[in-house]
Amino acid sequence: MALMLVKFDMKKRVKLAQTIWFLYWFAVMAGVLVFSMGLFFKIELRKRSELMDNNESHLLPNVLILMGLIACGVNAFGGKVCYDSLDPSKFIKWKPMLKPFLMFCVGFNGLLFVTALLCFVMRIPLQFTLAEGLKNGMRFYKDTDTPGRCYMKRTLDLMQMEFRCCGNDHYRDWFEIQWVSNRYLDFSAKEVKDRIGSNVDGQYLMDGVPFSCCNPSSPRPCIQGQMTNNTAHYSYDHYTEELNVWKRGCREAMVSYYGGLMNTIGALVLLVTMLEIAVTIGLQYINSSLSSLVNPEDPESESEGWILEKTVGETFTDIMANMKAMSKGGKVEEEAEAGVATVS
Amino acid sequence: MVVMKMKFPFQKRVKLAQGLWFLSWCATVAGAITFTLGCILKTELRRRAEVMDNSDVHVVPNTLMIVGLASLGINIFASKICQDALDAERFPRWKNMLKPYFAVSCFFTVLMLLAVIMSCAMKGSLESSLKVGLKNGIRFYKDTDTPGRCFQKQNIDRLQMEFQCCGNNDFRDWFEVQWISNRYLDFSSKEVKDRIKSNVDGRYLLDGVPFSCCNPSSPRPCIQYQLTNNSAHFNYEYQTEELNLYLRGCREALVSYFMGLMNTIGAGVLSVFLLQGSVLVSLRFLQTAMEAVAGNENTEIETEGYLLEKSVKDTVMEFIEPVMQFFLFKNQVGEGSSEAQADP
Repeated sequence: MALMLVKFDMKKRVKLAQTIWFLYWFAVMAGVLVFSMGLFFKIELRKRSELMDNNESHLLPNVLILMGLIACGVNAFGGKVCYDSLDPSKFIKWKPMLKPFLMFCVGFNGLLFVTALLCFVMRIPLQFTLAEGLKNGMRFYKDTDTPGRCYMKRTLDLMQMEFRCCGNDHYRDWFEIQWVSNRYLDFSAKEVKDRIGSNVDGQYLMDGVPFSCCNPSSPRPCIQGQMTNNTAHYSYDHYTEELNVWKRGCREAMVSYYGGLMNTIGALVLLVTMLEIAVTIGLQYINSSLSSLVNPEDPESESEGWILEKTVGETFTDIMANMKAMSKGGKVEEEAEAGVATVS
Repeated sequence: MVVMKMKFPFQKRVKLAQGLWFLSWCATVAGAITFTLGCILKTELRRRAEVMDNSDVHVVPNTLMIVGLASLGINIFASKICQDALDAERFPRWKNMLKPYFAVSCFFTVLMLLAVIMSCAMKGSLESSLKVGLKNGIRFYKDTDTPGRCFQKQNIDRLQMEFQCCGNNDFRDWFEVQWISNRYLDFSSKEVKDRIKSNVDGRYLLDGVPFSCCNPSSPRPCIQYQLTNNSAHFNYEYQTEELNLYLRGCREALVSYFMGLMNTIGAGVLSVFLLQGSVLVSLRFLQTAMEAVAGNENTEIETEGYLLEKSVKDTVMEFIEPVMQFFLFKNQVGEGSSEAQADP
């Protein structure tokens, strides 16, 4: 007994072919969308690869780009087959290719589903990469004269302004590292010598943050230096001050940005997967309905369409039997060869 | 003397009608694009409305939107006319509408050209509007507690960071204005009292700029205060320092941004104008060619098409005469009645 049997007359077949052809063109555009989303994500990762220690994994965008390209090709081919299915003379040349093509489509749909799951899962390694990268990035903020790191200051400043964040977890991260380059420190001044003497590593630590941490919404001009000293500024209490600098940490900001992006892409890829499954089922119906004509000579006769010729269980046992037969056939050949070898 | 006479055999008429139908649909899309461009320009101008003193420059996007909608209507009409043009029975019903239709279309096409010219000519008005608007913005920067002006600080800060500019002409504009609110000045301290006494208006002026003027590309942490005092900072000379702050003034930055936008839009609208003009010219040829066919039994005869029946001067006089007669008649009646009143 076939799976999901449907009766088809000429009119219904024509309507089915037209609908599936239309859906295939939608699916081509969906393939282009997946490709462009992969490209966009790749560009976003590369823009901030400095902040991730150039260590980030480009697996997800590469897979998306590949899937998008394959989807375009597969769907364009499927659309052509649908278009030709209305003309029996043209359909004959596609007939032998259809079964392997449909098997390939099923496999491709499975891969698409895996890609969608990958989108949701890859968030976790990205989080770790970001945490490491930001920590190192802040350490190299002052190295504007070291080749390979001279743009770290600009990248960090632009990132803090764009994402409205300060430091790794919060602005106090800047108090624990030296972010002023030695070239601009007057080592003969008493204040500098005191600060350098005050810690083991000889670093110039201060309770100040770079200007990119400043919040424009603050009603007063930005207080960047001597942030923990209430008496250094008029009418200032650093315990209650909320609007002066950004309170959010940059790791949290970046993770939520990239996480949101990946969630959106994953949801869209799931929708594309469902569309692909629909068109694959439609093509299978077209194939089965055209191959089961009651009167093979008359193209306007009635026919039946199905997803699987037998039930799921029977199809499965058939496939297993085929595979056993193939491996047995190989064994028989080997025995024959061995027999020939022993005889001669 | 007829202007631009051309012979039209039947096949050429058919080809003209088909080409015109396609062209008018392209022009419809172009009209929609013009409307969209007008909306985009208006949105951009409104976003920066706080730093503009007057809204004179808004006449450009308003005109573009009106012209875009009008050209949508004109071109849909044109495509309908040319669909009926080849059918000798349906064409005569358009006869009465065509003359006013052409008058209206020419008016809107000329308006389109005017919009393009205006978009280039508005530079002076835009510049003066920005000059006054930015001056006020900088003056009210400190008024974060005055209703109606409390977001001025935020807007100016975001503007300077986004357009990478500082002050009106350059960063020295900030030296002439008190940009720190009185709420955060300690009036009991000597330094504050000295600065306030040093000028006639009693303002707290300093040689410093807000944090939003800082350039992230600078290799050293941003120097915001005591900008003209070389000895206040190690290894610093303000005459040669170029990367510390943004050197460009915000007026120049905004003018170049908006003029670039308007020039690009102007170039696009110019090509739409040429397309629209060619649609109207082709429609005129089709109309005159079909008029000669009317009344003939054989619709496949060769006819002549022209742009204007008389020379340009005569046609203009033809339009103006009724208007002149109307005014002259009024004058004559007025004179007659005044004469009648003069001699009792």
